Order: sequence, then C-alpha cells, then structure tokens
Amino acid sequence: MMSGPADRGRGIDAVRHSEMGEMDLRVRALESVLVDKGYVDPAALDELIDTYETRIGPRNGASVVARAWADAKYRDWLLSDATAAIAWLGYTGRQSEHMVAVENTPHRHNLVVCTLCSCYPWAVLGLPPTWYKSAQYRSRAVRDPRGVLAEFGVTLPSGTDIRVWDSTAEVRYLVVPMRPAGSEGLNEEQLAALVTRDSMIGTGLARRPEGLDP
Amino acid sequence: MSGDDYLAHADLGGQRGHGPIKPESGYEPWHAAWEPRIFAVQLSMGATGVWNLDMTRSARETLPDYDQRSYYEIWFGALLKQLEGNGLASADEVAAGRSLRPPIPLPRIVRAPDVAALLAHGAPTERPATTEPRFTVGQAVRTIAGPIPHHTRLPGYTQGKRAVIERVHGVHVFADANATGQGERPQWLYTVVFRGDELWPDAEPGLTVSIDAWEPYLEAA
Repeated sequence: MMSGPADRGRGIDAVRHSEMGEMDLRVRALESVLVDKGYVDPAALDELIDTYETRIGPRNGASVVARAWADAKYRDWLLSDATAAIAWLGYTGRQSEHMVAVENTPHRHNLVVCTLCSCYPWAVLGLPPTWYKSAQYRSRAVRDPRGVLAEFGVTLPSGTDIRVWDSTAEVRYLVVPMRPAGSEGLNEEQLAALVTRDSMIGTGLARRPEGLDP
Repeated sequence: MSGDDYLAHADLGGQRGHGPIKPESGYEPWHAAWEPRIFAVQLSMGATGVWNLDMTRSARETLPDYDQRSYYEIWFGALLKQLEGNGLASADEVAAGRSLRPPIPLPRIVRAPDVAALLAHGAPTERPATTEPRFTVGQAVRTIAGPIPHHTRLPGYTQGKRAVIERVHGVHVFADANATGQGERPQWLYTVVFRGDELWPDAEPGLTVSIDAWEPYLEAA
C-alpha cells in the first residue's frame, strides 16, 4: 500500500525514505504536539484507524443489500426507514446517522455524489475511495452522469433514467442495486459477494454469479 | 467565517475541465502512511467539542490552495487553521514538533475505550420540531439566488432554480448558522428534485438531480 513497485530492490532505507515525505514529517510533528498537550490519546488514534481498516467497510453495506434482496419485508423496511433497518443489522453512527436507501429499477438508476465535499455513508461503506473525493467525480456526476458511468464501464439502457443524489446535508444515501439474473437460490452470504462497493454508490452494477456468461 | 471576502473553493458541481475519473476497486482507505494519522487526529480533535463539523467544512473550503491539495492535505491544512484559530496549538509548535506552551482545558478528550461508542453514536443532526413545515411533498419551490457570503450547503449550480419537494426529513441543525458560530438554529430539511434541463442546457433526457435543502434555502414557486 505504501511502497510501490518502484521501491523494490532499492533496500529498506530507500523505502523508508520514500515513506518519510514532507507530509509524513508534518503530520508526525502535529500529532506529537497534540499528544504532548494531552489533547489526543495515541491509543485512541490507533483504535480509530483500526476500526476503519478492519471493522467498517463495504461488506457492511453488502450485507444490507443482500438481506433486502432475500427478504421482501426487510426491503420494504429499508426503503421506508433505512436508518432503523440498517441499525437492526448492527450498523450505525458516524456519517450514517440519517440514512436513505434508494433502489435501482429497470426504469431508474441512482447515483450518489457530494459536490461540496465528500459526504459518504461511512457505517455501511467505510471511507470513500479517492475518486469519490476527486474534483473530477464531484464536478461531473451531476452534469454528465452517463459519461461518468461509461468511465466505470457501465452502460445503461436508453430507457433507464438517471437520478443523481447530491449529499448536501447530513442525510446519507445507499443505493440498492438490481439483483442480478441467475442469483436465484443463493443464500445471503453468496448474494452479499455479488454486491460491490461501486454498485452501492451507483457507479457500478452488482456482479453476476460466477459461471454465468457476462 | 462569513463576510464579503468569503471565498469557498469546494463548490464543484457542474464545473468543466476536471478531466476523466480514475476508478479504483478494492477498499483502500489510505494511500500514504500519514493519511490514517491525520484522519484519526482530526476525528479525535473534532470530538473534543471545541468546534463542530460545519465549522470544519468551512475551514476546509476556504483554504486558498484547496484545489492544489489532496483530500487529506485539505484535512491537515484545515485542522492547523482550527487549532491556531482556537488557541490550541500554533505553527511554531508544529515546526518544533513539541508543545511550547501549556495546554488549555478541553470539554472532552477521546480515550481508546470511548472510540467504539463515539463512532456508533455519531452526531445525529435531527432536533425536535417546534414549527410546522412550510412546504409539503409535491409542492413547487424555487431555491434562493446567490451569491451566499458565508458557508452554505446550497450548491451554486442549484441556486435560483425551480424544484419540487420530494421528501420531508424533519428538523435538522442548520449548517449555515452552525458553521458561523450562531448555534444550531434547526430548520426543516427537504429533499428537493430538479429536472436536469432546469440545471443544464445540455442535460441528458430523463435526468433528475436532488439535494437536501433547509427551509431557508427555499421559496414557494
């Protein structure tokens, strides 16, 4: 993650040097000042990082979608009160305090963006990918969504209208992608494996089950 | 922050010239060793209660070199500004890498055992309703025209445009007031929907775009 192929074969010193750039030094200095003053607890910082590396991520959202696909009552609950339905599966809190789930259909495809910053439903999707935070995505998603989708390899039928949700307040949006053909009879765990992160933002579609032609 | 000199650089919706997107699959929250550290420091300092998230967004969007910075470089720059602005730390201390002055008491300090509960609870913005909502689902509205000389969550591309109320979300902390130190001043919040061709001359057929808009952003159309 931190050392790319260019660092290989140049020895550990080269790797360490490349990792200790200006920002590493400045952030380390800032953290030292704040720890020194007792404003932050280093153990709490480690706990925060570990949470978003290992316990919160797109698998949470995938289990929500899989449950909605498998259970019509849960789907109805999710679409009418997403905050409660998602909390019932154990996912709550920061940057997901007020959730709305929006369902893709053959007639409507939903796409989520935050043009003003990078608001994103952390509790179900984890932290956003770089492209979601980029000027490219934020500027274009509301104006040329079909062009944006093409760059993700997604082509929608001409009869599918696009709704873009610009996350301007503290409501966070989760897209429920269409359940793929050929997924009949799969259990929830198998269904969840078909749900990609991008399909829950709207820049992708759910995977088709393995063994089926694309 | 507010005033005639308020210049926000984060309002990107509809801007031309930013080029193609670089998709990445996989869940990789960080791309450099310092990114998780500034992420955690920011969350931890945000939870002290010295400032609120709307103030943080304002501090970020007014960084003069916003468009030159990576995402977490924006976080870093805004955090420095907020620490200095609140007298918690100063540039000479960051340059020295150690505290040069005594700390000031904070409302709260986050410890490791607090983290799980802190994240699970988050910071809900809904407040009890003390008024009736002015608008109802299906009603035609028009957003207020800009420019808005302070932090706002009404994107420029949606200012002065016709829309329809789609959903009423209850009463929520009003970002524009909360960011400028006027307190929460909770307001009714609505999802409002714009036709694509109300926003863009070259809109694709069938496009609709929605935002979440507090009542002061809206007038009856």
